[in-house]
Amino acid sequence: MNARALFAEDMLLGRLVFGISRSPKAVVAAVVCIILLFAAVIGPYLTPQNPFDLAVLDILDSKLPPGSQSMDGMNYWLGTDGQGRDMFSAMIYGLRTSLGVGVFSGIVALLVGTVLGLIAAYFGGRIDTLIMRVVDLMLGFPTILVALMLLALLGQGLWKVIFALILVQWATFARAVRSAALVEKNKDYVEAAVTLGIGTPRILIGHILPNCLPPLIVIGMLQVANAISAEATLSFLGIGLPITEPSLGLLIANGYQLLMSGEYWISVYPGVLLLVLVFSINIVGDRLREVLNPRLGER
Amino acid sequence: MTVFVIRRFLQSIAVLCVTAVIVFIGIYAIGDPAEMLISPDASPAERAQVVASLGLDKPLWEQFFTFAWNALHGDLGRSFVFNRPSIALIFERLPATLELTLTGLVFALVLGIPLGLLSGLKPNSATDEVIMTGSILGFSLPSFWQGMMLIMIFSVWLGWLPSTGRGQMGEFLGIHSSLFTLDGLTHLILPAINLSLFKLSLVIRLTRTGVRETMPLDFVKFARAKGISERRIVFVHVFKNILIPLITVIGLELGSMLAFAVVTETIFAWPGIGKLLIDSIMRLDRPVVVAYLLVIVSLFIFINFVVDVLYSLVDPRVRLGGAQ
Repeated sequence: MNARALFAEDMLLGRLVFGISRSPKAVVAAVVCIILLFAAVIGPYLTPQNPFDLAVLDILDSKLPPGSQSMDGMNYWLGTDGQGRDMFSAMIYGLRTSLGVGVFSGIVALLVGTVLGLIAAYFGGRIDTLIMRVVDLMLGFPTILVALMLLALLGQGLWKVIFALILVQWATFARAVRSAALVEKNKDYVEAAVTLGIGTPRILIGHILPNCLPPLIVIGMLQVANAISAEATLSFLGIGLPITEPSLGLLIANGYQLLMSGEYWISVYPGVLLLVLVFSINIVGDRLREVLNPRLGER
Repeated sequence: MTVFVIRRFLQSIAVLCVTAVIVFIGIYAIGDPAEMLISPDASPAERAQVVASLGLDKPLWEQFFTFAWNALHGDLGRSFVFNRPSIALIFERLPATLELTLTGLVFALVLGIPLGLLSGLKPNSATDEVIMTGSILGFSLPSFWQGMMLIMIFSVWLGWLPSTGRGQMGEFLGIHSSLFTLDGLTHLILPAINLSLFKLSLVIRLTRTGVRETMPLDFVKFARAKGISERRIVFVHVFKNILIPLITVIGLELGSMLAFAVVTETIFAWPGIGKLLIDSIMRLDRPVVVAYLLVIVSLFIFINFVVDVLYSLVDPRVRLGGAQ
């Protein structure tokens, strides 16, 4: 990569960090995001037990309130669920699944959307019309409705959920990239690149794409939050992830029936974690939108 | 105007056709349609009869036309569980869902517009900061979890409001609804709040953006120069301009609320079509699932159509732009 592109990236990164640092709320949210991401990555080293190793689970420990001790002296700071599983460990594993599904589907959707958006903007004409018609169709339906339709027809499963989430998200990216690229493609530097005989793929990826990054970053953040929320909702309804891959949504659903009988912690703590996760991603995303949106400016 | 309406109508029909094809492919190409459309405990003779009556032995395109033809005649198969036409089941439960959705929408508007105005008129004040952070919280709260918390607080702990069902229904002008009895209203409050919270955040943000974009415009300065009171400027002149984006988004969001009602109805055991859908998925009652999908998509397309027509009435630029 040449020095100029690196410099541009530095500037973008600098703008982002600077923008976040000016809002205390966003700083806190960003720190929370990083901690949660870190906890999800090193999850197995952090948890006192593997919640899916049936050998370590003791049914006698089931539904213990937060802070109680197990037979062998282990502390359940957040209580245990119906199977005697340490809630804290289950939540960290759930966080891994939720974040994994959200981030992965977000990145794939971003890639698909970006490629299609760039193609639509650069080539225009029939290709543009075709792609944008599909985008309009997709965006015309609410996310949850499309996901519901798909999963009602396909049945539940990890990859099916990821597929559904990608399908409902790519159009947002495609539209954003297209409108940003449409502005960029008429600028002089693109003409200069064409005159120099640089190939189309390189112009698109090396020259136009870096200038379309700001809106992509913002939408990417907000979409990951959306995806995590949507996956939790689908899993809660029982049509998302299977019971073998419990995300936070599924943990909450498991505790739902026990909520009425007063065992609140099984459902409430995973719910708080989910809320904190989505809330902090949204706050950072919202702040980035303010920083990067030239129309609103720094006010 | 007529041209615009006709053009828009044809587009709606096209979208509906595309959806029908997708749903059809979803049932017929991915799984074995016989497996999906025939009850698992049917005898081989019944099976063969249904296969013949559905034309499953015919080529795919012919099957599609049979499916479409039957759908146009309101025949979307019979529910395995209830042994009744699935479309009848849907229409029986639709009023409950509409009642819930419309109440939720009214909540969102009645609370959202004033909060948005408050926030937009004093940008970056403490009030604005609180309202905006609250609105981020509003759309970060997963709808299902938020509903559970409502139940936990208001039904389990405080015992103020019932947590499940639709309650007693009253009759007014031939319409049966929970809105007309006190018992029904108490049952409606929690689900309606649950459904509206997400949209409330959206209305707040839209109103705020609208106010912030409209206030610096020249006509506002002119109105001030003329000596019109600030209250009249905000509530008459600025408000009219905010209304346009609000109408579109509300219309579109009404469809998304209908879809989100699935979540609310599941939590609060509200006997609408959303709960019917989830129950049917769980019981593998596929004709009902298919009927739900087609009805909700048709409804959604219809709402979009109405919104676009309304929009073009409010803002003629849309119509003229579309005609070029």
